[in-house]
Amino acid sequence: MSTLQAPPEAPPPSRAARPSKAAPSWVASLVGRHPVGIVLAAPYAVFLALVFAWPLCLAVWISFHDYFFAAPGVEVERPFVGLDNYRTVLSDPDVRESLVNVGVFLVINVPLTVVLALVLATALNGAIRGRTFLRVAYYVPYVAASVALVAVWLFLFSSDGMVNQILGPLAPDPSWLVNSTLAMPVIALFVTWKQLGFFILLYLAALQNVPKELYESASTDGASRFRSFLHVTVPGVRPATLLVVILATITGANLFTEPYLLTNGGGPNGASTSPVLLMYQRGIEQGNPDTAAAIGVILVILVLVISLVNRRLLERD
Amino acid sequence: MAPDARTTEAAPETTGERSRGRTILRHLVLYAGALVFLFPFYYMVVGSLQKEPDTSLGGAFPTGGFTLDNYTQINERVDLVQSLVNSGIFTGGVLLGTVVFGVLAGYALARLEFRGQGTLFATMLLVQIIPFQLLIIPIYVMIVRTYGLADSYLGMILPFAINSTAVFIFRQFFRQLPEDLFSAARLDGASELRILWSVALPLVRPALVTAVLLTFIGPWNEFLWPFLVTKDTGMQPLAVSLANYISNVAGRAANPYGAILAGSVVLAAPAVALFVAFQKRFTSSDLGSGVKG
Repeated sequence: MSTLQAPPEAPPPSRAARPSKAAPSWVASLVGRHPVGIVLAAPYAVFLALVFAWPLCLAVWISFHDYFFAAPGVEVERPFVGLDNYRTVLSDPDVRESLVNVGVFLVINVPLTVVLALVLATALNGAIRGRTFLRVAYYVPYVAASVALVAVWLFLFSSDGMVNQILGPLAPDPSWLVNSTLAMPVIALFVTWKQLGFFILLYLAALQNVPKELYESASTDGASRFRSFLHVTVPGVRPATLLVVILATITGANLFTEPYLLTNGGGPNGASTSPVLLMYQRGIEQGNPDTAAAIGVILVILVLVISLVNRRLLERD
Repeated sequence: MAPDARTTEAAPETTGERSRGRTILRHLVLYAGALVFLFPFYYMVVGSLQKEPDTSLGGAFPTGGFTLDNYTQINERVDLVQSLVNSGIFTGGVLLGTVVFGVLAGYALARLEFRGQGTLFATMLLVQIIPFQLLIIPIYVMIVRTYGLADSYLGMILPFAINSTAVFIFRQFFRQLPEDLFSAARLDGASELRILWSVALPLVRPALVTAVLLTFIGPWNEFLWPFLVTKDTGMQPLAVSLANYISNVAGRAANPYGAILAGSVVLAAPAVALFVAFQKRFTSSDLGSGVKG
């Protein structure tokens, strides 16, 4: 069908007339001016189809069927059950709690990340002694493995850990990671600390694009450093802020390692369970891939909606 | 006239003082923050060398009693060498796929015009919004249940074989090169592969190193997927075997924290060392060209 249409970007005649190896125009309209591009991009296209498009379709299919694991090659009935899995998932208090937990995570993680990363990037921007050392210091947690860093936090925040030793009688009871109010905030704090370096780097890149003249005219108008930060820097890096918010949201939706290891499988009483952790427990531990797939589909929709809403909010001028 | 002159004379002095104060404050905040950021790493190393766990504030600054016992102990529970080899094969496979096929795709997306290019580009952008973790159930069904690739390197590598972010970064770098270079080479009758190899790649080599380093930390640190695919301890990457040790065995060991921290040092060290060695590559401008779109 689409071959009948004119090519969207017809090559200009001067280019087509060049004695290059480019294909003749009728071939070009069918496969493009450089058909070899199809060959070069094919492995990546196949990869995307295999581990992205197909699993996405499969997830939707599984979520609408009574799906269970069977030995490979064994033919089993997997009847269509409509929205049953979604009904199960949405009426499951554990699922609702995990969504609330991600909400708590995002409410702490996203503003903290945006403010700290922007302030630290602004402070790092420009001449400063030991800039390299500082950049490395902030970036190192991003590079190191979560599993390794979680271990230190376990050590620091356990009931007789250093944090409580310092706090003495002020230490929370029950302690941080077994406290249903504090477990999720500690996880949000951990992830903020771990990812901040990457977002500082994003903001450092964005700061290069804010025109210097704007700062100059702000200071001639007698604006204080703080005011020019608010009125020049903050709007100047808005595209980066959008990216930071979306990436932090995706991190929140992906949360697994931290609740699994830091709070021993999402405790206490599921107060730090994340949706992906629940997908693992429901789908693989308990053998209900159909409801787990439904959780995944709901999460994909939520992530897309949040990304779109953020884009609308932040791209408005 | 005279008072005016005085104020203009006085002004630079006060602003100079104020800006010096501000610079000191800026340094203070940045260095205090850096200490907070680095302390857990320091504590990790110190804790891994202590015989007995000492969680008091003074325990963070021990004067003696250092031992490598914790490393021996974790090595008895988790075969460190085998785990590191598994991590290496997993990471190496992902890097190989990403560099070979990612550069080809990035070049095609940046410099060639072919049918389906727009669709491929849009899909690449979409992939970066849809988190991989949300697809684990169908991918698990495919790779483990349908193809029977559990406990195999291929099963570990397959979902990460080409890193979409890296393809995007490659594309951005190839796009920045001047078009004249390419039309001249084409005029000389060079094939696209030859242009890519002899013209484009040498020009983006520094960027390539950055992308490789960024890709490296992904599989090296990845936990969830290899955790799902490998049940055989002989196949597990270090992140998985260490995590299993943390959640299962730790309670029974003599100094569980010491052993866990020793394992953490071994897991974190290669990525941190590589990053510190190549830290000049992680410049904001390099990353920025990937972000500006």
